[in-house]
Amino acid sequence: MSIMPENSYLGRTSEVQGDILEVSMGPHHPSTHGVFRMVATLDGETILKLKPVFGYLHRNHEKLAEGTSYLGIMPYTDRLDYLNSMTNNWSYALAVEKLSGQVATERAEYVRVILAELSRLQNHICLAGFLLQDTGASGTPLMYAFREREKILDLFESLSGSRMMCNFQRFGGCRLDIPEDWIEKAKIIVENFRVFLDEFEALVTGNEIVLSRTQGIGILKPDLAINAGITGPVLRASGVNYDLRKVDAYGIYSRFDFRIPLGKYGDTYDRYMIRVLEMRESIKILDQAFATLPAGPIIDPKAKNRGLRPKVGEIYSRIEGPKGEIGFYLISEGGPNPYRYRIRPPSLINLTTLEDMCLGQSIADAVIILGSIDIVLGEVDR
Amino acid sequence: MYGFGLIRGLIVTGKNFVQSFYNPSRYTTQEYPEVKSTPPEAYRSFPFLVTDSETDPLGALRCVACLTCEKECPAQCIFIEKSKDKKPDANGRLQFYPTQFIIDSSVCMSCQICVEVCPFDSIKMDKVFEVAVSSRFENLLLTRDKLTKSNQYFHLISPSEAQEVDDRLAAERKVAQEKAAAQAKAKAEAAALAAQVKPVPAP
Repeated sequence: MSIMPENSYLGRTSEVQGDILEVSMGPHHPSTHGVFRMVATLDGETILKLKPVFGYLHRNHEKLAEGTSYLGIMPYTDRLDYLNSMTNNWSYALAVEKLSGQVATERAEYVRVILAELSRLQNHICLAGFLLQDTGASGTPLMYAFREREKILDLFESLSGSRMMCNFQRFGGCRLDIPEDWIEKAKIIVENFRVFLDEFEALVTGNEIVLSRTQGIGILKPDLAINAGITGPVLRASGVNYDLRKVDAYGIYSRFDFRIPLGKYGDTYDRYMIRVLEMRESIKILDQAFATLPAGPIIDPKAKNRGLRPKVGEIYSRIEGPKGEIGFYLISEGGPNPYRYRIRPPSLINLTTLEDMCLGQSIADAVIILGSIDIVLGEVDR
Repeated sequence: MYGFGLIRGLIVTGKNFVQSFYNPSRYTTQEYPEVKSTPPEAYRSFPFLVTDSETDPLGALRCVACLTCEKECPAQCIFIEKSKDKKPDANGRLQFYPTQFIIDSSVCMSCQICVEVCPFDSIKMDKVFEVAVSSRFENLLLTRDKLTKSNQYFHLISPSEAQEVDDRLAAERKVAQEKAAAQAKAKAEAAALAAQVKPVPAP
């Protein structure tokens, strides 16, 4: 008779003695960027199978929106991808503007571009910090990244009243006008950010340990990326030239001169490097936007926000968020609430290829591959 | 050269370490309980109700219980009970008032949509950020007397917005007074005219 009780975990030795081991990482693992679980089947350290499990943060966002007014949905969109409330707001505002036939003012379009690019800067630097934290560079690069990110968040706070839940865009423009001294402050911060990026790259990009941890790890082939509907930096790191800022040229992006950086190998290092290059392009866009910001009203005086009842119809509207294509699909039946409200979350769709990237890699690399996809669980689970 | 990247990174770390002693742009933290950060003027935390009177705070609420914020609140955290009778407001006009005004601050998400939709400038965003309380139910349910704060307090926390609101309200009041005066005058004139036109019956 065994000394172990029959049903105890230790008593059932067959799984432990075999070669194949099933490991459940998460949902409270520090590398999973939230409540997310990876069920990895391992042979030694090599991943044979990986199943992402999510839904721990499901908040019933889409159904909730069907009972909320069009204006009332706006603060909920902040809480999708809580690092980039500005781009979420913009995408939703654009969808409702198209649905209800409103147009944002000229100045508001510029302000939206400025805020979206600032948002992209802080998202990408945050990602770079988290990615390095996942590789084991505990603390230093992440803290440097957060120090600079906080300066941009201070800008958002002094403008909209909240660091992350900005709730700033409205249908037909923005909620508040940008003060002149805010622009001066933003110019200084963007200028310093350029210097910081050089410093950050000196710290990280040429580091031999980072190179050996990231190069050739988690390769995503371009045809798989296209078939899986991947968007954003993850797609461009695989060498596919697809950026909605160029393809759709929504807003006023056609007026700015910027380039789309492309990766070559589609590995983790490319996905990191794409972000760094995109930040440099964002700084270029910001410089041009600050120089050409026109005067005028920030919001259309005839804009209707409260009690909006769009005509019967449906719309899908998308913009290039920092994580990829963030789109909103709305059906109106003429009432004060949308009949159907659906979000295309870039994080969730980019997450679907996690298994393909991780197969054959070691379990330690799965952590940085997940980090390089740049997910936010608020958006994955909604 | 192999290892050069590591050395370059260490130089950056060293530079940051040394500069953190004298360069303000490298400071990252504040010693919180001793040094409190001053939030920017646009900062928002939770809503409060503005009252125009210092002496009778609940009597001179700007809120007329129109229930707009209750309807528009996305989180549905506002509960208002409208009064049956009317009380004079700061302008002396008779208005309804909220007999109950409750905000569940555990549900409120500080989106300030109630502030945006309020047609009477009666609900504004506060700037308090130390809001921890000991009891979950009584203390997080903000009732009317806890929510009511004076206009002077509003001037203290966001001076420029409060001044703008005061100016606008004063202008509206002036227009209303002028209109009332004009109406009274027209009435008096009409009465005088009527008195003139009215033939005086001969004795």
